Order: sequence, then C-alpha cells, then structure tokens
Amino acid sequence: MMKNAVVARRLCVTRGGNPVLRDLDFEVAAGSVTGLLGPSGCGKTTLMRAVIGTQRITGGTVEVLDERAAAPALRHRVGYVSQAPSVYDDLTVRENLRFFARVLGVPRERVDACVATVALGDHADRVVARLSGGQRSRVSLAVALLGEPDLLVLDEPTVGLDPVLRVELWSTFHRLAEAGAAVLVSSHVMDEAARCDRLLLMREGTLLADDAPAALLRRTGAPDVEHAFLSLVGAGA
Amino acid sequence: MSPRITAAVALRVLTQLRRDHRTAAMLLVLPTLLMSLLWWMFVDLPGAGFSALGPALLALVPFIVMFLVTSVTTLRERTSGTLERLLVMPMGKLDFLLGYLVAFGLVAALQSAVAVGTCVWLLDLRVVGSAWLLLLVAVVDAVLGTALGLLVSAFARTEFQAVQFMPAVVIPQILLCGLFVARDQLPRALEVVSDVLPLSYAVDAMQAVATSTDPVWGDVGVVAAYAVAAVALGALTLRRQTA
Repeated sequence: MMKNAVVARRLCVTRGGNPVLRDLDFEVAAGSVTGLLGPSGCGKTTLMRAVIGTQRITGGTVEVLDERAAAPALRHRVGYVSQAPSVYDDLTVRENLRFFARVLGVPRERVDACVATVALGDHADRVVARLSGGQRSRVSLAVALLGEPDLLVLDEPTVGLDPVLRVELWSTFHRLAEAGAAVLVSSHVMDEAARCDRLLLMREGTLLADDAPAALLRRTGAPDVEHAFLSLVGAGA
Repeated sequence: MSPRITAAVALRVLTQLRRDHRTAAMLLVLPTLLMSLLWWMFVDLPGAGFSALGPALLALVPFIVMFLVTSVTTLRERTSGTLERLLVMPMGKLDFLLGYLVAFGLVAALQSAVAVGTCVWLLDLRVVGSAWLLLLVAVVDAVLGTALGLLVSAFARTEFQAVQFMPAVVIPQILLCGLFVARDQLPRALEVVSDVLPLSYAVDAMQAVATSTDPVWGDVGVVAAYAVAAVALGALTLRRQTA
C-alpha cells in the first residue's frame, strides 16, 4: 500500500463566520501527483494552507508526514509555492535562491540545480522584477525545490505559462513524485487533470470526488474531467 | 534561533539596499545634508544655536529614517508573501527580526558616522564628551527606530498606513523630547508622558555627551531596553498561522 503524506479527517475551516472548508476527508499519497481541482474561490488555497500549517483549522485533523500539520519538524520537509510568487523582486534569481538556501541550510549546489530544473539558467543573474510573470512563478517554484521536500504543495503553479513549459513542469512534478515525494498541485484548469495520478474535485468548500482520473470518467460516464465535474454538481443538486 | 539564518537575513537586506542605488545614496547623504542645513540656519546668529540643537537632531534623524525604512520594507515582506514563506521554513522569528536589526544597524552606523564626522570636523559642532559616544548613541537610536518600525508594520495593511505611523508614533516623541519645551517645564501630565517615551532618553543622552563628560549609560540603557521590548513585541506579531 502506498504511504500517505497527508491525511485529513473532518477538516473544517471557518473564516469570519463563513465555512470555507466543510468536513473534508482526503489523503495525499507519497510518490504520486495529486491534483486539487475546482473553480476559483472554492477553497483550494485554504486547503493547501491548512496542509502546510499556515491556516488555523477550526475542526478535524490534518496529519502531514506523520506529524501534526504546522509541527516545527516539518519546516525542513515541506515545500510550498503560493499563487502569487513569493520572492524578492529586487534581487536576482540566483540571489533569491542563495538566500533561501542559506535559510534552509542546503548546500550551494542546490541553487544551480534548482535554477536548471525550472529552466531559468539563462536568467539566473537577472533581477526578478525584470522577468515575466511566468518566469517569476518559476523562481518561486525553484525556491520550494531547494530543500528536496518530501511534500510539495503547489498553488496554481502553471498559470500563465506557455504550453511547452507547462508540459515540462508537469514532467518535473512526476519526476519528483517518482523519486518518492508527494506532490499536491492545484489548478482551476480542468484539462490539467489528466496529468494527475489522483484527483480531488472541489466545489464550495466540499470535495465532489476523490479518485483516479480514469476511474472518475468511468464512474460518471463523462468524456473529460470538465464534464465529470458538471455531472457531479448536477448529481449533488 | 540560528546565527547562520540571522546573518542570511541581514546579508539579504543589505543586498536589496545595494541594488536600490537611490535609496542607498539618500540613506548615506541625507542626514548630513540636514545637519548642514541646520548649521547654515544659525551661521549668522550669535550664540551657540547649532551646537545646542545639533546633538538632538543627530539623535532624531537616524531614528526617523530607520523607522520609516523598516516599517515599509517589512510591510512589503508581509504583503509579498515572502514572510509567510520564511515562516514555514526553519526560520526563527528572532532570526528574522535580528537580521533586520543588524542590517539597518550597520547602515545607521555608516550613516551616522558620516553625519557625526561632518558635524564635528567640518561644522564645528561643540562636543565636550567623546565623538565616538555621540556615534554610539546615534546607532542605538537608529536601532530603536528599526525595532519600532518592525513592530508597527504589523499593524499596517498598506504602505499608506505604514507611513501614517510616522506622525502617530514619531512626531509626538519629537514634540515631547525636550527640544521645544524643556521637559521639566511641560505640564505635569505631559512631563510624565515624556518620561516614558524612549526618544526623550535618546535626546538626553545626546545632549549629555555634547555638553559634559558625564556617563550616559543610564539613558542609553533605557533606549536599548525599549528597542529590546519592541523586538519582543514584534516577535509576538509574527504569526506562523492565521485565522
């Protein structure tokens, strides 16, 4: 049986009196890519932040790599990329990565390796502010890869990227998963679903489905994930 | 807490400043220009106007500048998501705060060295005590400014709000520090207020160095204690988790 990197039970988050996540049960398996799909505003980011421990939860439990989410021991083992790139605009790509490498205490060689992984080798000495939006989010991704995390949580990492690069990044995610990491990727683009080993379909703070893409299509009889999503919403209504 | 991470933060902040040539130049030159302006104002007047006000201004300027620079840069760190990212890494809250203090403390040392040097050697500021002590007090004041800036940035959501903390937090201290009305001649209530404001002690220390060889460690200690308290409170405002 595949080991679970994340196990959430009856996870609830309420913000300002409004339920954002309602009683979620899900797992993220090690060694695979799990896609978190759903429309904008359905709670994907909140779910991811609950997993990395920056979101205070109001009910249920989240266990990450056999620890309570937010446990200090996880700070070396979890990589997170937020939706907006969290890097320093006024530093170069390499300066950004060197700084985060020092914070993580990883060797300098990791910097060049991660720059290469996100295909920014030609831009390593450029100031981040001068890069395009897609390049900037790749810098942010490179930072998350520095510590070779056991769990990688990526919030819409492929938005605004050209299709070639998107395919490359997805194969990077799969490579990391094959090396044993658990990868949780969110997207609001349903056509990225087919690239995941497992899918969590989300709507309005609840999970509509937790299945492999093929099984999901078989169960709903839909030709693609977008239609599967619609049929699940219809079935629930 | 780890010295490696503290140093990494300090180095990064200094690299960012170095990249921003205009800010770096202004940090280095502006205080000296302001001191020169003060000197010029009094140049045709009898009496020791410049020597009477100069030391107080040498305390105020690094305090104000570092307060502003720090509150804006740390706010930027909060809003850009880099702070959240650092806090899910093995970064101690004190590493973050001390890194900023070290970086801006070094900048303040450089800035004040230029200003104090200009005042003492070019503008004939009369200093009875040691010019080194003048410099040291200026740096402690700058560290206080940085520490308060770190603290108030937690209460600002936008850069406009952060800048507004300058009139809210800094100007009352300037008014009550004894520069305009001697502190013992203030209405009793305001005198009590000025007794608990750290800038009063900073200005007292500067004036004591300028006019005497009396030890100023008591005043400097109070300023430093306020800086430590501000950093401790600042650490409380850094949250790894939000609701």
